[in-house]
Amino acid sequence: MRFMVLVPGSPESEAGEMPSTELLGAMTKYNEELVKSGVMLAGEGLHSTARGAKVRFNGSERTITDGPFAEAKEIVAGYWIWECASRDEAIEWLKRAPFDGGVEIELRQIFDADDFGEQLTPELREANERLREQTAQN
Amino acid sequence: MNGCASRRLRIRPVSPSATHRAIDAVWRIESARLIAGLTRIVRDVAVAEDLAQDALVAALEQWPQSGIPDKPGAWLAATAKRRGIDALRRRVVLERKRELIGRELEILQQLDQPELAAQVEDVQDDVLRLIFMTCHPVLSREARVALTLRLLGGLSTPEIARAFLVSEGTVAQRIVRAKRTLAEARVPFEVPGRDELTERLSAVLEVIYLVFNEGYAATAGEQWIRPALCADALRLGRILVALMPREAEVNGLLALMELQASRLRARVGPRGEPVLLADQDSARWDHLLVQRGLAGLRRAEELGGALGPYTLQAAIAACHARTRNVEETDWPRIVALYDALAALTGSPVVELNRAVAVTMAFGPEAGLELVDSLADEPALRGYHLLPGVRGDVLVRLGRMAEAREEFERAADLCNNARERELLLSRAVACGARTTPGTIP
Repeated sequence: MRFMVLVPGSPESEAGEMPSTELLGAMTKYNEELVKSGVMLAGEGLHSTARGAKVRFNGSERTITDGPFAEAKEIVAGYWIWECASRDEAIEWLKRAPFDGGVEIELRQIFDADDFGEQLTPELREANERLREQTAQN
Repeated sequence: MNGCASRRLRIRPVSPSATHRAIDAVWRIESARLIAGLTRIVRDVAVAEDLAQDALVAALEQWPQSGIPDKPGAWLAATAKRRGIDALRRRVVLERKRELIGRELEILQQLDQPELAAQVEDVQDDVLRLIFMTCHPVLSREARVALTLRLLGGLSTPEIARAFLVSEGTVAQRIVRAKRTLAEARVPFEVPGRDELTERLSAVLEVIYLVFNEGYAATAGEQWIRPALCADALRLGRILVALMPREAEVNGLLALMELQASRLRARVGPRGEPVLLADQDSARWDHLLVQRGLAGLRRAEELGGALGPYTLQAAIAACHARTRNVEETDWPRIVALYDALAALTGSPVVELNRAVAVTMAFGPEAGLELVDSLADEPALRGYHLLPGVRGDVLVRLGRMAEAREEFERAADLCNNARERELLLSRAVACGARTTPGTIP
């Protein structure tokens, strides 16, 4: 089963500050462990929200707000995608990450197409497919 | 994020079952490294595995009360060594009057070295050595598969038995005998030198791909796919790529498995029945795996040299992954890749696949000619896909009665219940028999 680990941002990450050499080193080592254990499928860090935007939906109206966003706590600064045999294994891996200072890291299981079950009707699948075709042509 | 000062694990009361699940998880993460590190010390996989198991038993006894330690891997390693030393010392005392076997004294000395604790920290190279040991050519294929899954995949004997539909006793026997064979043949705990690396590495890749294929196209039983085995093989493939990133074929094998696995979901219909590539809904492909597979293939190709068999197969799988339907597929390129693969392997199964590609690229007449040239091939005798492919080519030629006979023959030869159903339904789709009763 597949998991996403969501790493929250901080005032420092929002200010575009790079983590300390010490933390970078620990994080590199941790990532190596994940790769060498065949667990990590993907993982990226995100730029500060100053480079992002928000789109608000209201009926047919779309309101665009440029970054940065105020609530640093609710900002995602990076993510991993892991393949693990169980949620317990994913938790065990996450426990080993070099975080500190009261930060809370969220672990979420990724939906498998089969998890949608009856909700993903043949028509929806077909719509999905058409969308993919258009994307491929662009 | 404020640096990585040492983490103190708060011990919270947890239910025993939660702790046991956590111990399972720790074991899955740590067991290969633990056994590999211990093997380097005691130079015997059987002894190493026993010590590791002893440590696991200790964890099961102690962790429900004490909580899971801060560094569970280091705890297991230290416990394994301490228990090993204690057990051997007891035997030294008990058997003082008799001659203690020299080998046991040797192990005791090896275990009883203070600097070992530090060494266990960095054991990735040991994991690689262990892979080459469990996949050593001195062992039978079945033994290599069982031992690799057990020592590197962290699977229990019952799990391996279930995966391969054999009895637990058979697997246990296989593993015991394999460990004895390794000891008797004095197989060294090392990564082979350049002169024999290619050959030994291909034995390793073969084991991983065997596991994958056993999951991907279950050869027997009710199920068409056993995804857990595919996942185990993918994990082993990823570990190997991380350990040997410069080996093209290691990258090629992982790319092949990821591209094939990307279609696992689309290969099974709602009732568990197989869905052929031409009928698959590509929206159900796993696009993360497709991207990883294509990237892995690029890495394998960039590492240079002639493309090996796994990289060629990955390149073929990539041709399918890059297109959304069978009509758009670059069949002439696939034929060319199969040409290269056939030249490399000389395998009749590859020739049969090539015949399918030729049918798609150049028409069913050309394909049928190739299939018929394989009719007397001893390696394909009793192989259900030979009549299966011939039936498919005959359908394209509109020769439905003959096609029907071929599908029925294929179903007779097929051991997998789900696949047999598919073949029989294809036979039925060919229409009524023109000459009833002629089919054996």
